[in-house]
Amino acid sequence: MSTTTRRRLMQGAGALAIAGPLAVTLVRSARATPESMQQAIDKIVGSGKVTKGKIAIDIPPLVENGNVVPLTVSVDSPMTGDNYVKAIHVFNEKNPQPHVISIKLGPRAGKAAVSTRIRLATTQMVVVIAEMSDETLWTDRAECIVTAAACVEATL
Amino acid sequence: MARALINIPPKVKRGEVIEIKTLISHVMETGFRPSNTGQLIPRDIITNFTCSYNGEEVFQSTLYPAIAANPYITFFTVATESGTLTFQWTGDNGYSVTETAQITVE
Repeated sequence: MSTTTRRRLMQGAGALAIAGPLAVTLVRSARATPESMQQAIDKIVGSGKVTKGKIAIDIPPLVENGNVVPLTVSVDSPMTGDNYVKAIHVFNEKNPQPHVISIKLGPRAGKAAVSTRIRLATTQMVVVIAEMSDETLWTDRAECIVTAAACVEATL
Repeated sequence: MARALINIPPKVKRGEVIEIKTLISHVMETGFRPSNTGQLIPRDIITNFTCSYNGEEVFQSTLYPAIAANPYITFFTVATESGTLTFQWTGDNGYSVTETAQITVE
């Protein structure tokens, strides 16, 4: 015969506490998570050491429409033949996919700056990784608050 | 038919760093949006954009569905000599558009 004892109640609560986050993960699996963004970043950087700095991200802190978010990324570099930015990668946390854009540059660019317009599904961090010609890696991040989502909405 | 807009300064000094602005009309369908029937609309995006200066590649980018419709990309390059800038966009379903622009370096 089963009676509701304090011990049983606590066991049940424990099981729920484990199942809770799992259910949340399953529901949100269609979205890129900070973990999948980290995996995408790890694919680029490998075992290299990433340092914060040298990058300026210009993104509005709050946008009404996530379908068109202006983004400018510039990297502090002289862009000479032996010291230039090799590549710039932009990632996001919570869109369905973690990638936004990858750019290859060379000394011919003259200035390591690029502008585009991106989609953001929800309020999230935008992370930029810059690869330099001397194999150093730099990063920075910026948050953008989005009041209307992009990517998965039925209507534009 | 795709329509592309390219903005470069028409006359520049040798060695000057110039800004190139490009815009192309494209839906950039993400592949994550359901249609009216509830089925996902297949992905249709531009995946690559490159710019060559007299045949030498000066800018290359890989685009993902997180780029807004009608991709607008601006970047910089050093004006070395007069000649032709070739812009190429390629993407899903055999999409390929090539545009050229003339530049005069004094």
